[in-house]
Amino acid sequence: MGMTITEKILAKAAGKESVGAGELVDAKIDIIMCHDVTTPPAISMLVEKGIDKVFDRAKIVVTPDHFQPAKDVKSAELHKRLDEWARRHDIKYYYKLGRAGVCHALLPEQGHIRPGEVIVGGDSHTCTYGAFAAFSTGIGSTDLAAAIATGELWFKAPASIKLVLNGSPAPGVYSKDVILAVIARIGVDGALYKALEFAGSTLSEMSMEARMTMTNMAIEAGAKNGIIGFDDITKQYLDEHLKDKKDYTIFESDSDAEYERIEEFDCSTMEPMVALPHLPSGGVPVSQCSGGAMDQAYIGSCTNGRIEDLRVAAKILEGKEAAIRTIVVPATPSIWKQAKDEGLFDIFYSAGCVIAAPTCGACLGGFMGVLAAGEKCISTTNRNFVGRMGHPESEVYLASPATAAASAVEGKITDPRKYI
Amino acid sequence: MSKAHVYNRDHINTDEIIPARYLNTDDEQELAEHCMEGLDKDFVSKVAEGDVIVAGEDFGCGSSREHAVWAIRGAKVGTVIAKSFARIFYRNAINCGFYLIESADGPGQINDGDELEIDYKTGLIKDKTTGIDITFNPLPDFALGIINDGGLLEHIKKKM
Repeated sequence: MGMTITEKILAKAAGKESVGAGELVDAKIDIIMCHDVTTPPAISMLVEKGIDKVFDRAKIVVTPDHFQPAKDVKSAELHKRLDEWARRHDIKYYYKLGRAGVCHALLPEQGHIRPGEVIVGGDSHTCTYGAFAAFSTGIGSTDLAAAIATGELWFKAPASIKLVLNGSPAPGVYSKDVILAVIARIGVDGALYKALEFAGSTLSEMSMEARMTMTNMAIEAGAKNGIIGFDDITKQYLDEHLKDKKDYTIFESDSDAEYERIEEFDCSTMEPMVALPHLPSGGVPVSQCSGGAMDQAYIGSCTNGRIEDLRVAAKILEGKEAAIRTIVVPATPSIWKQAKDEGLFDIFYSAGCVIAAPTCGACLGGFMGVLAAGEKCISTTNRNFVGRMGHPESEVYLASPATAAASAVEGKITDPRKYI
Repeated sequence: MSKAHVYNRDHINTDEIIPARYLNTDDEQELAEHCMEGLDKDFVSKVAEGDVIVAGEDFGCGSSREHAVWAIRGAKVGTVIAKSFARIFYRNAINCGFYLIESADGPGQINDGDELEIDYKTGLIKDKTTGIDITFNPLPDFALGIINDGGLLEHIKKKM
Protein backbone atom coordinates (compact mmCIF):
# COMPACT_ATOMS: atom_id res chain seq x y z
CA MET A 1 0.00 0.00 0.00
CA GLY A 2 1.37 3.39 -0.98
CA MET A 3 1.33 6.53 1.09
CA THR A 4 -0.19 9.95 0.63
CA ILE A 5 2.02 13.04 0.62
CA THR A 6 0.71 13.89 4.10
CA GLU A 7 1.67 10.45 5.45
CA LYS A 8 5.12 10.68 3.86
CA ILE A 9 5.91 14.06 5.40
CA LEU A 10 4.74 12.90 8.83
CA ALA A 11 6.77 9.69 8.48
CA LYS A 12 9.92 11.66 7.71
CA ALA A 13 9.28 14.04 10.62
CA ALA A 14 8.75 11.09 12.95
CA GLY A 15 11.84 9.24 11.72
CA LYS A 16 9.78 6.31 10.47
CA GLU A 17 9.74 4.34 7.23
CA SER A 18 6.01 4.63 6.87
CA VAL A 19 2.97 6.04 8.59
CA GLY A 20 -0.65 5.07 8.03
CA ALA A 21 -3.86 7.00 8.65
CA GLY A 22 -4.84 6.93 12.32
CA GLU A 23 -1.31 6.27 13.56
CA LEU A 24 -0.02 8.40 16.44
CA VAL A 25 3.40 9.89 15.82
CA ASP A 26 5.78 12.27 17.58
CA ALA A 27 6.87 14.58 14.80
CA LYS A 28 9.76 17.02 14.71
CA ILE A 29 8.64 20.54 13.84
CA ASP A 30 10.48 22.55 11.18
CA ILE A 31 8.80 25.95 11.51
CA ILE A 32 6.58 27.48 14.20
CA MET A 33 4.49 30.55 13.40
CA CYS A 34 3.75 32.87 16.33
CA HIS A 35 1.34 35.84 16.41
CA ASP A 36 -0.07 38.28 18.93
CA VAL A 37 -3.21 36.47 20.13
CA THR A 38 -2.21 32.87 20.85
CA THR A 39 1.52 33.21 21.53
CA PRO A 40 1.46 35.50 24.61
CA PRO A 41 -0.59 32.93 26.58
CA ALA A 42 1.85 30.21 25.45
CA ILE A 43 4.76 32.30 26.73
CA SER A 44 3.02 32.76 30.09
CA MET A 45 2.49 29.01 30.36
CA LEU A 46 6.16 28.30 29.67
CA VAL A 47 7.30 30.83 32.24
CA GLU A 48 4.82 29.52 34.80
CA LYS A 49 5.93 25.91 34.28
CA GLY A 50 9.59 26.85 34.53
CA ILE A 51 10.43 25.80 30.97
CA ASP A 52 10.90 29.21 29.38
CA LYS A 53 13.11 28.17 26.49
CA VAL A 54 12.95 27.89 22.71
CA PHE A 55 14.08 24.74 20.92
CA ASP A 56 15.64 26.63 18.00
CA ARG A 57 15.61 30.40 17.63
CA ALA A 58 15.96 30.08 13.84
CA LYS A 59 12.85 27.92 13.42
CA ILE A 60 10.38 30.31 14.98
CA VAL A 61 8.82 33.11 12.96
CA VAL A 62 7.08 35.89 14.89
CA THR A 63 4.74 38.55 13.56
CA PRO A 64 2.01 40.42 15.39
CA ASP A 65 -0.94 40.69 13.02
CA HIS A 66 -4.39 40.28 14.57
CA PHE A 67 -4.59 43.55 16.47
CA GLN A 68 -1.67 45.31 14.86
CA PRO A 69 -0.83 48.13 15.22
CA ALA A 70 -2.15 47.71 18.78
CA LYS A 71 -5.83 48.64 18.76
CA ASP A 72 -6.20 49.24 22.48
CA VAL A 73 -4.34 48.98 25.76
CA LYS A 74 -5.01 45.28 26.22
CA SER A 75 -3.72 44.35 22.77
CA ALA A 76 -0.72 46.61 23.36
CA GLU A 77 -0.02 44.50 26.46
CA LEU A 78 -0.17 41.34 24.31
CA HIS A 79 2.28 42.89 21.85
CA LYS A 80 4.56 43.90 24.69
CA ARG A 81 4.64 40.35 26.06
CA LEU A 82 5.35 38.99 22.58
CA ASP A 83 8.08 41.55 21.98
CA GLU A 84 9.82 40.96 25.32
CA TRP A 85 9.83 37.23 24.72
CA ALA A 86 11.09 37.48 21.12
CA ARG A 87 13.94 39.73 22.21
CA ARG A 88 14.76 37.68 25.31
CA HIS A 89 15.25 34.59 23.17
CA ASP A 90 16.77 36.45 20.24
CA ILE A 91 14.22 35.00 17.83
CA LYS A 92 15.88 35.18 14.43
CA TYR A 93 12.82 35.97 12.34
CA TYR A 94 10.83 38.60 14.20
CA TYR A 95 8.79 40.94 11.98
CA LYS A 96 8.06 44.06 13.98
CA LEU A 97 5.66 46.84 13.13
CA GLY A 98 6.55 48.16 9.69
CA ARG A 99 7.69 44.70 8.62
CA ALA A 100 4.86 42.75 10.22
CA GLY A 101 2.01 41.40 8.13
CA VAL A 102 -0.85 38.95 8.09
CA CYS A 103 1.05 35.81 9.04
CA HIS A 104 -0.17 33.45 6.33
CA ALA A 105 0.71 35.91 3.60
CA LEU A 106 3.97 36.96 5.24
CA LEU A 107 5.67 33.62 5.90
CA PRO A 108 5.58 32.29 2.31
CA GLU A 109 6.47 35.71 0.91
CA GLN A 110 9.50 35.97 3.21
CA GLY A 111 10.67 32.50 2.26
CA HIS A 112 9.94 30.58 5.46
CA ILE A 113 7.83 27.83 3.90
CA ARG A 114 9.54 24.84 2.28
CA PRO A 115 8.12 21.65 0.77
CA GLY A 116 8.31 18.45 2.79
CA GLU A 117 8.46 20.26 6.13
CA VAL A 118 6.17 20.21 9.16
CA ILE A 119 4.87 23.65 10.05
CA VAL A 120 2.62 24.54 12.96
CA GLY A 121 1.19 27.86 13.99
CA GLY A 122 -1.03 29.21 16.71
CA ASP A 123 -3.74 30.00 14.21
CA SER A 124 -6.32 27.80 12.53
CA HIS A 125 -5.48 29.06 9.05
CA THR A 126 -1.93 27.76 9.32
CA CYS A 127 -3.18 25.11 6.89
CA THR A 128 -2.48 27.74 4.19
CA TYR A 129 1.17 26.63 3.88
CA GLY A 130 0.11 23.21 2.59
CA ALA A 131 -0.01 24.87 -0.84
CA PHE A 132 3.77 24.34 -0.84
CA ALA A 133 3.64 20.52 -0.51
CA ALA A 134 4.24 20.85 3.24
CA PHE A 135 2.31 19.47 6.22
CA SER A 136 0.93 22.47 8.02
CA THR A 137 -1.70 22.74 10.70
CA GLY A 138 -3.13 25.13 13.27
CA ILE A 139 -2.70 24.56 16.99
CA GLY A 140 -3.75 26.20 20.25
CA SER A 141 -1.59 27.91 22.85
CA THR A 142 -0.66 24.85 24.91
CA ASP A 143 0.50 22.94 21.83
CA LEU A 144 2.33 26.05 20.77
CA ALA A 145 4.10 26.23 24.13
CA ALA A 146 5.08 22.57 23.89
CA ALA A 147 6.35 23.00 20.33
CA ILE A 148 8.35 26.11 21.21
CA ALA A 149 10.06 24.36 24.12
CA THR A 150 10.64 20.92 22.59
CA GLY A 151 10.40 21.21 18.79
CA GLU A 152 8.07 18.22 18.76
CA LEU A 153 4.35 17.50 18.85
CA TRP A 154 2.18 14.42 18.73
CA PHE A 155 -0.08 13.97 15.74
CA LYS A 156 -2.62 11.44 14.68
CA ALA A 157 -1.88 10.95 10.98
CA PRO A 158 -5.04 12.00 9.16
CA ALA A 159 -6.83 10.00 6.51
CA SER A 160 -6.91 11.90 3.22
CA ILE A 161 -9.71 13.10 1.00
CA LYS A 162 -8.64 13.82 -2.55
CA LEU A 163 -10.25 16.73 -4.35
CA VAL A 164 -9.76 16.45 -8.09
CA LEU A 165 -10.23 19.82 -9.79
CA ASN A 166 -10.56 19.70 -13.55
CA GLY A 167 -11.42 22.22 -16.23
CA SER A 168 -10.52 25.87 -16.73
CA PRO A 169 -12.47 28.33 -14.60
CA ALA A 170 -14.27 30.91 -16.74
CA PRO A 171 -13.15 34.56 -16.61
CA GLY A 172 -14.44 36.04 -13.36
CA VAL A 173 -14.20 32.73 -11.54
CA TYR A 174 -11.25 32.38 -9.16
CA SER A 175 -9.76 29.90 -6.71
CA LYS A 176 -11.90 31.48 -3.98
CA ASP A 177 -15.00 30.47 -5.92
CA VAL A 178 -13.60 26.96 -6.30
CA ILE A 179 -12.96 26.51 -2.59
CA LEU A 180 -16.37 27.95 -1.68
CA ALA A 181 -17.94 25.44 -4.09
CA VAL A 182 -15.90 22.63 -2.52
CA ILE A 183 -16.98 23.55 1.02
CA ALA A 184 -20.59 24.01 -0.10
CA ARG A 185 -20.53 20.42 -1.31
CA ILE A 186 -18.62 18.67 1.47
CA GLY A 187 -19.76 20.83 4.40
CA VAL A 188 -18.00 22.61 7.27
CA ASP A 189 -17.20 19.28 8.90
CA GLY A 190 -16.92 17.32 5.66
CA ALA A 191 -13.20 16.83 6.20
CA LEU A 192 -13.16 16.78 10.02
CA TYR A 193 -9.77 15.47 11.24
CA LYS A 194 -8.79 14.71 7.62
CA ALA A 195 -6.21 15.90 5.11
CA LEU A 196 -7.67 17.66 2.08
CA GLU A 197 -5.40 16.91 -0.85
CA PHE A 198 -5.98 19.06 -3.93
CA ALA A 199 -5.18 17.57 -7.33
CA GLY A 200 -6.25 17.83 -10.96
CA SER A 201 -5.51 19.82 -14.08
CA THR A 202 -7.01 23.10 -12.83
CA LEU A 203 -4.06 23.51 -10.46
CA SER A 204 -1.70 24.06 -13.36
CA GLU A 205 -3.66 27.24 -14.13
CA MET A 206 -3.39 28.55 -10.58
CA SER A 207 -0.59 30.66 -9.14
CA MET A 208 0.77 29.95 -5.66
CA GLU A 209 -1.31 32.85 -4.41
CA ALA A 210 -4.48 31.34 -5.86
CA ARG A 211 -3.57 27.95 -4.40
CA MET A 212 -3.00 29.46 -0.96
CA THR A 213 -6.54 30.84 -1.04
CA MET A 214 -7.78 27.25 -1.26
CA THR A 215 -5.51 25.57 1.29
CA ASN A 216 -6.22 28.52 3.61
CA MET A 217 -9.85 27.44 3.79
CA ALA A 218 -9.22 23.71 4.35
CA ILE A 219 -10.02 24.35 8.03
CA GLU A 220 -13.44 25.67 6.97
CA ALA A 221 -14.23 22.09 5.95
CA GLY A 222 -12.89 20.92 9.33
CA ALA A 223 -9.64 19.58 7.86
CA LYS A 224 -6.41 19.12 9.80
CA ASN A 225 -4.38 20.18 6.77
CA GLY A 226 -4.81 21.10 3.14
CA ILE A 227 -2.06 20.09 0.74
CA ILE A 228 -1.05 20.50 -2.90
CA GLY A 229 1.75 18.63 -4.63
CA PHE A 230 4.95 20.24 -5.89
CA ASP A 231 5.24 21.39 -9.51
CA ASP A 232 6.95 24.01 -11.66
CA ILE A 233 4.72 26.76 -10.29
CA THR A 234 5.77 25.86 -6.74
CA LYS A 235 9.42 25.77 -7.79
CA GLN A 236 9.30 29.14 -9.45
CA TYR A 237 7.75 30.78 -6.39
CA LEU A 238 10.33 29.18 -4.10
CA ASP A 239 13.21 30.20 -6.38
CA GLU A 240 12.03 33.78 -6.03
CA HIS A 241 11.30 33.75 -2.29
CA LEU A 242 13.52 31.32 -0.37
CA LYS A 243 16.39 33.08 1.33
CA ASP A 244 18.55 31.47 4.00
CA LYS A 245 17.75 27.80 3.56
CA LYS A 246 17.10 26.90 -0.03
CA ASP A 247 17.12 23.10 0.08
CA TYR A 248 13.99 21.08 0.55
CA THR A 249 12.57 17.61 0.05
CA ILE A 250 9.83 16.90 -2.44
CA PHE A 251 7.25 14.27 -1.58
CA GLU A 252 4.34 13.17 -3.69
CA SER A 253 1.45 10.80 -3.14
CA ASP A 254 1.93 7.26 -4.44
CA SER A 255 -0.39 6.15 -7.20
CA ASP A 256 -1.73 3.43 -4.89
CA ALA A 257 -2.08 5.70 -1.86
CA GLU A 258 -5.27 5.18 0.10
CA TYR A 259 -7.93 7.89 0.15
CA GLU A 260 -11.01 7.90 2.29
CA ARG A 261 -12.83 9.25 -0.70
CA ILE A 262 -12.26 11.15 -3.92
CA GLU A 263 -14.41 14.13 -4.92
CA GLU A 264 -14.30 15.51 -8.44
CA PHE A 265 -15.14 19.06 -9.46
CA ASP A 266 -15.58 20.53 -12.92
CA CYS A 267 -14.27 24.05 -12.50
CA SER A 268 -15.21 25.03 -16.07
CA THR A 269 -18.90 25.13 -15.17
CA MET A 270 -18.51 27.01 -11.90
CA GLU A 271 -19.97 30.44 -11.33
CA PRO A 272 -18.64 33.06 -8.94
CA MET A 273 -19.74 31.91 -5.49
CA VAL A 274 -21.02 33.72 -2.43
CA ALA A 275 -21.18 31.98 0.96
CA LEU A 276 -24.31 33.24 2.70
CA PRO A 277 -24.41 33.72 6.48
CA HIS A 278 -23.60 32.07 8.83
CA LEU A 279 -21.39 29.22 7.66
CA PRO A 280 -18.59 29.02 5.06
CA SER A 281 -20.52 26.11 3.58
CA GLY A 282 -23.35 28.45 2.64
CA GLY A 283 -21.95 28.96 -0.87
CA VAL A 284 -24.38 29.58 -3.73
CA PRO A 285 -23.74 30.80 -7.28
CA VAL A 286 -23.83 34.60 -7.35
CA SER A 287 -26.81 34.49 -9.71
CA GLN A 288 -28.90 33.14 -6.84
CA CYS A 289 -28.17 36.01 -4.47
CA SER A 290 -27.27 39.01 -6.61
CA GLY A 291 -29.07 42.21 -5.72
CA GLY A 292 -28.82 41.77 -1.95
CA ALA A 293 -27.99 45.18 -0.45
CA MET A 294 -24.65 45.49 1.37
CA ASP A 295 -23.29 48.10 3.79
CA GLN A 296 -19.59 47.35 3.43
CA ALA A 297 -17.06 45.56 1.24
CA TYR A 298 -13.84 44.20 2.76
CA ILE A 299 -10.93 43.20 0.55
CA GLY A 300 -8.02 41.67 2.44
CA SER A 301 -7.04 38.88 4.91
CA CYS A 302 -4.88 35.76 4.76
CA THR A 303 -7.35 34.36 2.24
CA ASN A 304 -7.42 37.17 -0.31
CA GLY A 305 -5.17 40.06 0.67
CA ARG A 306 -2.33 39.32 -1.75
CA ILE A 307 -1.19 41.40 -4.70
CA GLU A 308 -3.12 39.39 -7.29
CA ASP A 309 -6.29 39.90 -5.28
CA LEU A 310 -5.73 43.65 -5.08
CA ARG A 311 -5.06 43.81 -8.83
CA VAL A 312 -8.33 42.03 -9.58
CA ALA A 313 -10.26 44.36 -7.27
CA ALA A 314 -8.54 47.47 -8.66
CA LYS A 315 -9.32 46.51 -12.24
CA ILE A 316 -13.01 46.45 -11.41
CA LEU A 317 -12.96 49.60 -9.29
CA GLU A 318 -10.92 51.62 -11.80
CA GLY A 319 -12.70 54.79 -12.81
CA LYS A 320 -15.69 54.03 -10.59
CA GLU A 321 -16.92 55.12 -7.20
CA ALA A 322 -17.69 52.59 -4.50
CA ALA A 323 -21.34 52.86 -3.46
CA ILE A 324 -20.65 51.49 0.03
CA ARG A 325 -17.85 51.66 2.61
CA THR A 326 -14.98 49.74 1.06
CA ILE A 327 -11.89 48.73 2.99
CA VAL A 328 -8.77 47.46 1.24
CA VAL A 329 -6.15 45.78 3.44
CA PRO A 330 -2.92 44.70 1.72
CA ALA A 331 -1.79 41.68 3.75
CA THR A 332 1.90 42.52 4.12
CA PRO A 333 4.13 45.60 3.88
CA SER A 334 5.65 44.43 0.60
CA ILE A 335 2.21 43.82 -0.90
CA TRP A 336 1.27 47.30 0.33
CA LYS A 337 4.31 48.80 -1.40
CA GLN A 338 3.79 46.84 -4.57
CA ALA A 339 0.15 47.91 -4.76
CA LYS A 340 1.24 51.50 -4.26
CA ASP A 341 4.00 51.24 -6.89
CA GLU A 342 1.62 49.69 -9.40
CA GLY A 343 -0.78 52.58 -9.00
CA LEU A 344 -3.51 50.51 -7.36
CA PHE A 345 -3.75 52.94 -4.44
CA ASP A 346 -4.69 55.72 -6.85
CA ILE A 347 -7.53 53.59 -8.13
CA PHE A 348 -8.72 52.70 -4.63
CA TYR A 349 -8.40 56.31 -3.50
CA SER A 350 -10.38 57.59 -6.49
CA ALA A 351 -13.05 54.98 -5.84
CA GLY A 352 -13.39 56.23 -2.27
CA CYS A 353 -11.92 53.17 -0.56
CA VAL A 354 -10.03 53.16 2.71
CA ILE A 355 -6.54 51.68 2.35
CA ALA A 356 -5.41 50.16 5.63
CA ALA A 357 -2.05 49.02 6.95
CA PRO A 358 -1.49 45.24 6.98
CA THR A 359 -3.58 43.62 9.74
CA CYS A 360 -6.11 40.84 10.31
CA GLY A 361 -8.27 43.71 11.53
CA ALA A 362 -11.96 43.39 10.85
CA CYS A 363 -11.81 39.86 9.43
CA LEU A 364 -12.23 38.62 12.99
CA GLY A 365 -14.12 41.62 14.27
CA GLY A 366 -11.01 43.13 15.80
CA PHE A 367 -10.94 46.67 14.42
CA MET A 368 -10.60 48.62 11.15
CA GLY A 369 -14.10 47.95 9.84
CA VAL A 370 -16.19 46.26 12.53
CA LEU A 371 -19.90 45.92 11.74
CA ALA A 372 -22.88 47.38 13.63
CA ALA A 373 -26.10 45.47 14.37
CA GLY A 374 -27.98 44.66 11.19
CA GLU A 375 -25.13 45.57 8.85
CA LYS A 376 -24.06 43.36 5.97
CA CYS A 377 -20.57 42.99 4.58
CA ILE A 378 -19.34 41.29 1.44
CA SER A 379 -15.89 40.08 2.37
CA THR A 380 -12.95 38.27 0.81
CA THR A 381 -12.20 36.63 4.17
CA ASN A 382 -12.73 33.04 5.25
CA ARG A 383 -15.41 32.95 7.95
CA ASN A 384 -18.96 34.24 8.15
CA PHE A 385 -19.90 32.88 11.57
CA VAL A 386 -22.38 34.76 13.74
CA GLY A 387 -20.67 37.92 14.98
CA ARG A 388 -17.44 37.19 13.15
CA MET A 389 -16.89 40.75 11.94
CA GLY A 390 -18.70 42.57 14.70
CA HIS A 391 -22.18 42.66 16.20
CA PRO A 392 -23.90 39.26 16.56
CA GLU A 393 -26.72 40.61 14.39
CA SER A 394 -24.41 41.61 11.54
CA GLU A 395 -23.96 39.41 8.48
CA VAL A 396 -20.90 38.39 6.46
CA TYR A 397 -21.04 37.19 2.84
CA LEU A 398 -17.85 35.48 1.66
CA ALA A 399 -16.72 36.01 -1.92
CA SER A 400 -13.76 36.55 -4.24
CA PRO A 401 -12.02 39.94 -4.55
CA ALA A 402 -13.74 40.37 -7.92
CA THR A 403 -17.21 39.78 -6.51
CA ALA A 404 -16.46 42.00 -3.49
CA ALA A 405 -15.21 44.81 -5.76
CA ALA A 406 -18.17 44.55 -8.15
CA SER A 407 -20.51 44.54 -5.16
CA ALA A 408 -18.73 47.60 -3.77
CA VAL A 409 -19.40 49.45 -7.02
CA GLU A 410 -23.11 48.65 -7.02
CA GLY A 411 -23.72 48.54 -3.27
CA LYS A 412 -25.33 45.15 -3.60
CA ILE A 413 -24.19 41.61 -4.35
CA THR A 414 -23.08 41.73 -7.97
CA ASP A 415 -21.85 39.21 -10.50
CA PRO A 416 -18.32 40.42 -11.31
CA ARG A 417 -18.38 38.98 -14.83
CA LYS A 418 -20.16 42.05 -16.17
CA TYR A 419 -17.08 44.09 -15.25
CA ILE A 420 -14.49 41.70 -16.72
CA MET B 1 -24.99 16.72 40.29
CA SER B 2 -24.67 18.75 37.11
CA LYS B 3 -27.35 20.64 35.25
CA ALA B 4 -27.53 20.33 31.47
CA HIS B 5 -27.57 23.43 29.28
CA VAL B 6 -28.72 22.12 25.93
CA TYR B 7 -28.00 23.89 22.64
CA ASN B 8 -29.65 21.79 20.01
CA ARG B 9 -27.34 22.93 17.23
CA ASP B 10 -24.41 21.76 15.12
CA HIS B 11 -21.26 23.78 14.38
CA ILE B 12 -21.29 25.95 17.50
CA ASN B 13 -18.12 27.86 16.70
CA THR B 14 -15.36 29.61 18.60
CA ASP B 15 -16.70 33.04 17.62
CA GLU B 16 -19.89 32.15 19.50
CA ILE B 17 -18.08 30.57 22.46
CA ILE B 18 -15.76 33.57 22.90
CA PRO B 19 -16.10 36.40 20.34
CA ALA B 20 -12.76 37.64 18.97
CA ARG B 21 -13.31 41.12 20.38
CA TYR B 22 -12.39 39.63 23.77
CA LEU B 23 -9.17 38.01 22.57
CA ASN B 24 -7.17 41.01 23.68
CA THR B 25 -6.91 39.24 27.02
CA ASP B 26 -6.02 35.71 28.10
CA ASP B 27 -7.27 36.15 31.65
CA GLU B 28 -9.48 33.14 32.27
CA GLN B 29 -11.92 34.90 34.62
CA GLU B 30 -12.34 37.80 32.22
CA LEU B 31 -12.94 35.41 29.32
CA ALA B 32 -15.42 33.45 31.46
CA GLU B 33 -17.59 36.56 31.81
CA HIS B 34 -18.23 36.35 28.06
CA CYS B 35 -18.52 32.57 27.75
CA MET B 36 -21.01 31.56 25.01
CA GLU B 37 -21.92 35.23 24.57
CA GLY B 38 -22.26 34.99 20.80
CA LEU B 39 -24.84 32.23 21.21
CA ASP B 40 -26.60 32.89 24.51
CA LYS B 41 -26.10 36.17 26.35
CA ASP B 42 -27.68 34.71 29.51
CA PHE B 43 -25.42 31.66 29.73
CA VAL B 44 -23.03 33.11 32.29
CA SER B 45 -25.85 34.17 34.62
CA LYS B 46 -27.49 30.75 34.64
CA VAL B 47 -24.51 28.37 34.70
CA ALA B 48 -23.40 26.90 38.05
CA GLU B 49 -20.19 25.12 38.93
CA GLY B 50 -20.02 21.67 37.42
CA ASP B 51 -22.84 22.23 34.92
CA VAL B 52 -22.66 20.68 31.47
CA ILE B 53 -23.04 22.09 27.96
CA VAL B 54 -24.81 19.72 25.56
CA ALA B 55 -24.64 20.29 21.79
CA GLY B 56 -24.70 18.65 18.37
CA GLU B 57 -22.00 17.98 15.80
CA ASP B 58 -18.68 19.79 15.32
CA PHE B 59 -18.69 21.76 18.59
CA GLY B 60 -15.86 24.32 18.76
CA CYS B 61 -15.26 24.67 15.04
CA GLY B 62 -13.37 27.65 13.67
CA SER B 63 -10.43 29.37 15.29
CA SER B 64 -7.54 27.71 17.11
CA ARG B 65 -8.10 30.05 20.07
CA GLU B 66 -7.64 28.06 23.26
CA HIS B 67 -9.49 30.99 24.82
CA ALA B 68 -12.66 29.03 23.95
CA VAL B 69 -11.66 26.22 26.31
CA TRP B 70 -10.47 28.70 28.94
CA ALA B 71 -13.76 30.64 28.80
CA ILE B 72 -15.74 27.43 29.34
CA ARG B 73 -13.43 26.19 32.07
CA GLY B 74 -13.37 29.65 33.66
CA ALA B 75 -17.18 29.63 33.79
CA LYS B 76 -16.76 26.46 35.92
CA VAL B 77 -18.46 24.25 33.33
CA GLY B 78 -17.70 20.61 34.17
CA THR B 79 -17.65 19.22 30.64
CA VAL B 80 -19.18 19.53 27.18
CA ILE B 81 -21.17 16.63 25.75
CA ALA B 82 -21.41 16.83 21.96
CA LYS B 83 -22.06 14.47 19.06
CA SER B 84 -18.64 15.46 17.72
CA PHE B 85 -15.98 18.09 18.28
CA ALA B 86 -13.91 20.19 15.92
CA ARG B 87 -10.35 18.99 15.83
CA ILE B 88 -8.37 21.90 17.27
CA PHE B 89 -10.90 22.55 20.06
CA TYR B 90 -10.79 18.88 21.07
CA ARG B 91 -7.01 18.85 21.10
CA ASN B 92 -6.84 22.11 23.03
CA ALA B 93 -9.19 20.73 25.67
CA ILE B 94 -7.07 17.61 26.18
CA ASN B 95 -3.92 19.74 26.32
CA CYS B 96 -5.56 21.87 29.03
CA GLY B 97 -6.58 18.79 31.00
CA PHE B 98 -10.27 19.47 30.30
CA TYR B 99 -12.35 16.34 29.70
CA LEU B 100 -14.83 16.36 26.77
CA ILE B 101 -17.48 13.72 26.12
CA GLU B 102 -18.19 12.64 22.59
CA SER B 103 -21.57 10.93 22.48
CA ALA B 104 -23.80 10.24 19.51
CA ASP B 105 -26.72 9.37 21.80
CA GLY B 106 -26.55 11.94 24.59
CA PRO B 107 -27.52 15.07 22.67
CA GLY B 108 -31.09 14.49 21.60
CA GLN B 109 -31.98 12.55 24.73
CA ILE B 110 -30.79 15.02 27.34
CA ASN B 111 -33.21 17.91 27.91
CA ASP B 112 -32.35 21.43 28.94
CA GLY B 113 -32.27 21.56 32.73
CA ASP B 114 -31.88 17.80 33.28
CA GLU B 115 -29.73 16.78 36.23
CA LEU B 116 -26.82 14.59 35.15
CA GLU B 117 -24.39 12.37 36.99
CA ILE B 118 -21.29 11.44 35.01
CA ASP B 119 -18.86 8.59 35.61
CA TYR B 120 -15.82 9.45 33.50
CA LYS B 121 -14.00 6.19 34.28
CA THR B 122 -16.67 3.83 33.04
CA GLY B 123 -18.17 6.18 30.47
CA LEU B 124 -21.68 6.56 31.86
CA ILE B 125 -24.03 9.54 31.94
CA LYS B 126 -27.00 9.06 34.28
CA ASP B 127 -29.83 11.44 33.46
CA LYS B 128 -31.44 11.70 36.90
CA THR B 129 -34.38 13.70 35.56
CA THR B 130 -35.47 11.21 32.91
CA GLY B 131 -33.89 8.08 34.38
CA ILE B 132 -32.10 7.32 31.12
CA ASP B 133 -28.54 5.93 31.16
CA ILE B 134 -26.26 6.92 28.29
CA THR B 135 -22.88 5.29 27.72
CA PHE B 136 -19.91 6.88 26.01
CA ASN B 137 -16.39 5.81 25.09
CA PRO B 138 -13.94 7.17 27.65
CA LEU B 139 -11.00 9.08 26.14
CA PRO B 140 -8.18 6.93 24.76
CA ASP B 141 -5.23 6.18 27.07
CA PHE B 142 -2.78 8.64 25.51
CA ALA B 143 -5.28 11.47 26.01
CA LEU B 144 -6.04 10.34 29.55
CA GLY B 145 -2.31 10.30 30.20
CA ILE B 146 -2.15 13.99 29.32
CA ILE B 147 -5.28 14.86 31.33
CA ASN B 148 -4.15 12.89 34.38
CA ASP B 149 -0.81 14.69 34.34
CA GLY B 150 -2.71 17.98 34.47
CA GLY B 151 -2.26 18.94 30.82
CA LEU B 152 0.28 18.69 28.02
CA LEU B 153 2.98 20.88 29.54
CA GLU B 154 3.09 18.91 32.80
CA HIS B 155 3.06 15.77 30.66
CA ILE B 156 6.10 16.80 28.58
CA LYS B 157 7.91 18.19 31.61
CA LYS B 158 8.08 14.64 32.91
CA LYS B 159 9.96 13.65 29.77
CA MET B 160 12.27 16.66 29.65
